[in-house]
Amino acid sequence: MTATTITAAASTRPSAPVPLAPLPLACDACGRTAGATPQAICPDCLGPLEPVYDPNRRLPSREEIARRPRSLWRYHEWLPFQGEPVHALDVGWTPLVESPALAAQLGVARLWLKLDAHSFPTLSFKDRVVTTAINAAEAFGLDVIGCASTGNLANAVAAAAARAGKPAWIFVPHDLELGKLVATAVFAPTLVRVRGTYDDVNRLCAQVADRFGWGMVNVNLRAYYGEGSKTMAFEIAEQLGWRLPTAVVTPMAGGSLVTKLRKGFSEARDAGLVSGDLPRQYGAQADGCAPIVRLAERGDEILVPEIPQTIARSLAIGNPADGLSASRILRNSGGAGQRVSDTELVAAIRLLARTTGLFAETAGGVTMAATLRLAAAGHFRPSDEVVVCLTGHGLKTIEPVQDTLLDTPTIEPRIREVAALVANRTA
Amino acid sequence: MPTFSLPSVLAAHIGGIRSVATTGTTVDGAIDALVDQYPQLAPRLRDAAGAPYPFVTFYLNDEDVRLVGGFAAAVSDGDEVTIVPAVAGG
Repeated sequence: MTATTITAAASTRPSAPVPLAPLPLACDACGRTAGATPQAICPDCLGPLEPVYDPNRRLPSREEIARRPRSLWRYHEWLPFQGEPVHALDVGWTPLVESPALAAQLGVARLWLKLDAHSFPTLSFKDRVVTTAINAAEAFGLDVIGCASTGNLANAVAAAAARAGKPAWIFVPHDLELGKLVATAVFAPTLVRVRGTYDDVNRLCAQVADRFGWGMVNVNLRAYYGEGSKTMAFEIAEQLGWRLPTAVVTPMAGGSLVTKLRKGFSEARDAGLVSGDLPRQYGAQADGCAPIVRLAERGDEILVPEIPQTIARSLAIGNPADGLSASRILRNSGGAGQRVSDTELVAAIRLLARTTGLFAETAGGVTMAATLRLAAAGHFRPSDEVVVCLTGHGLKTIEPVQDTLLDTPTIEPRIREVAALVANRTA
Repeated sequence: MPTFSLPSVLAAHIGGIRSVATTGTTVDGAIDALVDQYPQLAPRLRDAAGAPYPFVTFYLNDEDVRLVGGFAAAVSDGDEVTIVPAVAGG
């Protein structure tokens, strides 16, 4: 008799054969080098630090990548480390699902949904960035990790900390959706609810990182954290058969997903994995918090912060750190920004559910509603191959669609009551 | 008189001093007084046109100054102007 043992996918490597070493950083604004450091700010000009990759490093072929495990680490040559990662080895490789129905509705050749809403383990694209950040924290010997979050990042950091056995301090606006709060608290971090908006929380966390020296993933570990987002671009290209789509629509909060997708698509092309034009990029925000879209609409270079007023809480960043960079990419790529009302985003969540069987959170509703608006305004061509990025799962934000229960009958367990319902529904 | 609270990355340019009391009746005027005392901070607080340096955000008593009048916002005794690096979050 043969015993079969089923084990969970390894999340943490027991010992690293080659020690993990974060890449050195350099200032994106002034060029000053900073070494490998848990700092995100240039000590001279205060510009953003970015990892420096060896331009002569060996890069893998398509075939070599294809043989690797289906996680974001299959693209490790484009992630900011040398050596072997030790945490979150099993994150990434989310589904890319084609929707002929939505393609027909939008009048484009083909349309796919990139489903980071089904990301392992916490159902949002923030699992990607936390994967690189927690490995950086480990390499720098930072025992405490944390973040400022609109919800999805809180979930991802709390889960990653639990899996890595690290304490976490997580700061969120006090009035986040219940699903986001519970899906953080269940991992037993120190969850701190701050009276204020995300921007208040973000400012506080910049001071927390400065004071306590913790590994705040989107503050002082930001240079390593942000690079995780690039893997979404590599996955899209590989899942399309190493092709680039002609247009990509993403939600925008801080704006970094737009910039990192651009970087990822560019790096894949520079490596010879794909060829052709980079996609036009479109960014979506809610009317009640659309500083990046409004910046792109004005076409100037001065971001005007906003006080968020939208139910799309995961996008409610009024002072986005990467807003200017994202706006430039939208315009220079031939794309645009699009903002939508809260009513439209709720309708789009329901449209997605009915037509694709997928349940997106409010940010996904914003992205889908913006895609519809962009199509109606003539931004897409009949030959376009469009990828719409759904970055978080609807189970986290059920509040706006609770009214779907209003039409739900409640009956006694009697067949005649079902028969009456059937007769009523078919009448 | 208003007081500036500086992040460590700026404090490093002035010997580690994190809190500086200044004069001035507006944020702009208080910055003038701050850079009179510490000229090395000047290029890291305002750009060549005198506008806020893009890599820092100024908060007046916890409010983003851009939302409460910008550099023209009035300041008085007891007010705190906190400077935070802008590249964070999201």
